[in-house]
Amino acid sequence: MTTTISPGTPRRARRSRSSGSVRSSRSSRGARRTAVAWLFLAPFAVVFLLYTAIPTVAALGFSLTDLRGADLRHPFAVDFTGLENYLRLFQDQSFLRDILNTGLFVGVGVPLTMGLGFALAVALNSGIRRLRGVFRTVFFAPVVTNVVAVALIWQYAFNADGTVNKVLGAVGLAGPNWLDDQNLAMPVVILLGVWRNFGTAMVLFLAGLQSIPEDVYEAAALDGAGRWRQLRHITLPLLLPTTLMVSVLLTVFYLQVFDEPYLLTNGGPLGSTESMALYTYRQFGSGEFGVSSAASFVMLLLVALVSVVQFRLLRSRS
Amino acid sequence: MTTLATPATARPATARATAPRRSLSRPLLYGALVLCALLTLLPFVWVASGSLRSLDEIRSDPGAWLPHHVTLDNFTRLFRTAGFGRFLVNSVVVAGLVVAGNIVAASAAGYALAKLDFAGKRIAFGAVMAAMMVPLSTVFVPQFVLTVDMGLADTLTGIALPGVALPLSVFIMRQYAMSVPDELLEAARIDGAGEFRIFFRIFLPLAGPAVATITIMSFLTSWNNFIWPLIVAQSMDTYTLPVGLAATSQAAAHVTDYGLLLAGAIVVMLPVLVLFLFLQRYFVQGISGSGMR
Repeated sequence: MTTTISPGTPRRARRSRSSGSVRSSRSSRGARRTAVAWLFLAPFAVVFLLYTAIPTVAALGFSLTDLRGADLRHPFAVDFTGLENYLRLFQDQSFLRDILNTGLFVGVGVPLTMGLGFALAVALNSGIRRLRGVFRTVFFAPVVTNVVAVALIWQYAFNADGTVNKVLGAVGLAGPNWLDDQNLAMPVVILLGVWRNFGTAMVLFLAGLQSIPEDVYEAAALDGAGRWRQLRHITLPLLLPTTLMVSVLLTVFYLQVFDEPYLLTNGGPLGSTESMALYTYRQFGSGEFGVSSAASFVMLLLVALVSVVQFRLLRSRS
Repeated sequence: MTTLATPATARPATARATAPRRSLSRPLLYGALVLCALLTLLPFVWVASGSLRSLDEIRSDPGAWLPHHVTLDNFTRLFRTAGFGRFLVNSVVVAGLVVAGNIVAASAAGYALAKLDFAGKRIAFGAVMAAMMVPLSTVFVPQFVLTVDMGLADTLTGIALPGVALPLSVFIMRQYAMSVPDELLEAARIDGAGEFRIFFRIFLPLAGPAVATITIMSFLTSWNNFIWPLIVAQSMDTYTLPVGLAATSQAAAHVTDYGLLLAGAIVVMLPVLVLFLFLQRYFVQGISGSGMR
């Protein structure tokens, strides 16, 4: 500072003050700018800290203790038990069963949801001009409906004397009591999941399809490629990023599936539709906060794993 | 002759070969789509027709398609005896708080993440992305402990608070703000406008579509939210519609009062379905925003 400011020439001094202190004023301007930006971020940041960041860390902490509902008033008085809750989890037959059940949701639900969404997106994007908007509205409607309401309708329809069995009866078939059957309850619960989610997959695929330029198809058609070859060699490869994204989105969603099994069957009959999230909720309900947190952390790790794999795959593509 | 004739006949032949395939596949395509659409809509038809049938009619013939006598009896019982008026008010209040919070928090945060340069920006954006992935079941135990500690258990504020700043809203707003040209904001900066002035006077008036999308998405999330209100609401006074409907359904399990339940399902679904019919563009944008780009 002293070297640049020569007191003899006020004019130059003023100018050089502004240029000479560039570094310090830039950093103070930077600090000011940062402060202003964080003011903008503050409302979100506060809620994020209170309801996501701190609870995630707390859940990890809880999962290493024997915290119970009764201890809520003095949560720091609980004992640190290390990995005991996790060991307990993996010796619990019902948790292992729930992992398998959740795997079934993912393994069957994701391909079905994606397949249906993709097929409808291709159909709407290619052949259909008229009524495209109407179809899109209809297929998307289940996404916005309330799961509690829809689960009720599902119960009403799949009741022993419900609408589905009425239809079956009309063609001479005796319908079973769907939701009370250990082998049939899960398909019905998955069906509800597919019905609620294929619209999301369809919309994302439609957006992906519309980003493929039309002239790629025209060039292929000129070269004599038929519809199927165009689908195989143009649509599918170019849609791979969308496909990956949709599959991860749905996988993460089905990994956390709670509403459908809770409302339709409450995990039954005999735990045949109980998911990991339902297990977490049940442990919470019976006051086992430590075990509940441990189970939920296993879920968080699975979700994180799927997300990381997706980012890797997407990055290696581009 | 033959060499000349071959290409001449070959052409119409291929044209004919594709033409019938097209005229065959188009009705097939429409047929398949109409069938899918009908299957998709069936549950809505069931619930609508069921809610308009009397209890006796449902009991005598539970699987029937159409009501013999249309009656609004189920709806009057719903609001008179099952307390749905209260649940409806609660849902509206919670959704109002959530929507207002999201508009304020997300538009400010999204603007900062897209248009301001500052220390910690990458971390802040990473936090938004990470927050979208944390499963609710991981955080609900600590969230519940926190809500109890703040004295907000069994209050509408306690139900609304975790949803007032959704990471998806911030993400949508950031994506939108990225598309606003920098020159516009820069010009205002040169004219000496402060960041808050620029935000309120220049950015927000331009952000209408993004605000609309956020409004719709956060309303939908709040209106349909089930597990969190189920945990926090501990008395009928704070039940939201889905929780009230689920409770009514459990209470009615032995008597199977489907008339009441189907009417309840209509009350829960109808507002969103009507909104969706008019504003579906924003619903679709919001869903796309959850995964795209």
